[in-house]
Amino acid sequence: MTVAIDRATGRRRGDRAPKPGPVQRLRRGYQKHWYAYAMIAPVVIVLGVLVLYPLVYGFYLTLTDANSLNSARTIGVNHIDATYKFIGFDNYADILWGDTAYDRFWSHFIWTIVWTALCVTLHYTIGLGLALLLNQKLRGRTLYRMVLILPWAVPTFVTVFGWRFMLADGGIINSFLETLHLPTPLWLEDTFWQRFAAIMVNTWCGVPFMMLSLLGGLQSIDASLYEAAEMDGATAWQRFRHVTLPGLRSVSSTVVLLGVIWTFNQFAIIFLLFGNTAPDAQILVTWAWYLGFGQQPRDFAQSAAYGILLLAILIVFTSFYRRWLNRNDQQLAI
Amino acid sequence: MSTTTVETSAAKTARTSSAGTSGGSRRRGEIGPGARLASHGILIVASLAALFPIVWLVYLSLGPDKDDYLHPGGIWGKMTFDNYTFVLQNTKFFDWLQTTLIVVLGTTLIGVVISATTGYAVSRMRFPGYRKFMWVLLVTQMFPVAVLMVPMYQILSDLQLIDTYLGLILVYCTTTIPYCAWLMKGYFDTIPFEIDEAGRVDGLTPFGTFARLILPLARPGLAVAAFYSFLTAFGEVAFASTFMLSDTKYTFAVGLQTFVSEHDAQRNLMAATAVLIAIPAAAFFYFVQKNLVTGLTAGGTKG
Repeated sequence: MTVAIDRATGRRRGDRAPKPGPVQRLRRGYQKHWYAYAMIAPVVIVLGVLVLYPLVYGFYLTLTDANSLNSARTIGVNHIDATYKFIGFDNYADILWGDTAYDRFWSHFIWTIVWTALCVTLHYTIGLGLALLLNQKLRGRTLYRMVLILPWAVPTFVTVFGWRFMLADGGIINSFLETLHLPTPLWLEDTFWQRFAAIMVNTWCGVPFMMLSLLGGLQSIDASLYEAAEMDGATAWQRFRHVTLPGLRSVSSTVVLLGVIWTFNQFAIIFLLFGNTAPDAQILVTWAWYLGFGQQPRDFAQSAAYGILLLAILIVFTSFYRRWLNRNDQQLAI
Repeated sequence: MSTTTVETSAAKTARTSSAGTSGGSRRRGEIGPGARLASHGILIVASLAALFPIVWLVYLSLGPDKDDYLHPGGIWGKMTFDNYTFVLQNTKFFDWLQTTLIVVLGTTLIGVVISATTGYAVSRMRFPGYRKFMWVLLVTQMFPVAVLMVPMYQILSDLQLIDTYLGLILVYCTTTIPYCAWLMKGYFDTIPFEIDEAGRVDGLTPFGTFARLILPLARPGLAVAAFYSFLTAFGEVAFASTFMLSDTKYTFAVGLQTFVSEHDAQRNLMAATAVLIAIPAAAFFYFVQKNLVTGLTAGGTKG
């Protein structure tokens, strides 16, 4: 029989006197747990002030028509009070169903989904392939590993500029393609090639994390399982399919979820690669930034509304993902 | 009679297994020469792909003119470190370095101190509201920058904190603290709670147990949380680009963008600055990467 024990106090849960009244229960709960609450208090206060309050305030802004012309601001010594007004859910309606909603929201939405799906698939497959190669007994394995994590080691904002030089018209990539007599696309100007370039750069940046996590997962698979499979005459593919993949399941579900969240929220790569020059290659996150800060007048209300929509999409996705994993009898790592 | 049957089947399996591994006896876990060659080939191609953009950036940073990136062949003849001396002497490189260090170290310090107590509380105690609290920590980690950007901007400008170090540190704490708390919880879970009991038996309060016994043992976990905060704050682009307005208070991530404007693109200087930033950052990363990867996955794999 297992008894749940509060690890800090050593008290058993469940062996208490008959149920007391609500006031007493509250007092007793306070006496029993006050140190736990005291310990999480700093984080609760910080998150309350820095996350919850801005979130509520941001949600309020989405119900107004706030922009940089009618918000409170100080010009020189004059303070101008805010004059924006409450307009209900008009912002959301406008984003989702208004005129030109397809160009403003849905086209970016579709591109964001495609971007996330393609990037995470590429990250995972390339990362898994490299992890499998690195998991063999090879000479120079450590060196390969060190070189392959370089894209993660160098800050993204540095490497993106390296890519910008390479992709520029007349840069090394196009010169190289020209010597091979291949077409030389305008990587940073043409919408399709912008998207292609963005996915390429993001893949380059994101593979090392997947590779290292999956390599860690591979190394934790019990070697005797492979031995047993080999004894039973399993082919290499069968060993991969029935030993490696199931062994990686818990790591995979974690890194895929992290990858989806990070890629969906990826700001730096698209922002630094194109700046304000590529309205069609912006994913929702950078597009929301553009609405709120990249144009004049700044449209704070719509930008905040995009933010809330993005958060809603992520929360819905995560809860479905967790439910799906739980149905398959897996524990999600996070 | 029965002996022969066994022998033949054994011989058969031996034959098929040797055919399967394409001849020769080989120990388990080793691979054939063809597969080995292919592995090396793929790994070399991948390594070159990983290496090339960075090597190219270093190479371009040695060219003296801003359009040298269009004629890379010409750089060989006139390689020089002039870009580096120019960047160090005539740009705001050291201002940016100062800002970056203040903001990054401030975030790391505040984040680790605050998240450590929380990590301990959620690792050791089951209090009413525990599940909800963990859920909040999880959801906060996946906030897109776009959610908090606008309200943060309004609030910070009301408080006159736009364009200050403190403002940026506070904003970064929103992203690092929830994750660090998860990370620390994962680490505290690995410390046996018999240690807590021993402390309690010897008359320590829960706070005393935490401060005197657990915290010293959790140093590796604290280090991982610190590395994570450091790298996150160092590489952040969106908030820094929006909230820091005066060019002496740019972090590196913002300062680097200033070399390319609509009118002028000093790509040679930009490349040199990029290399100057990348070298210490990458060195630090290699120094801590082993801990970081174990920490990231271990913190994740324990619910």
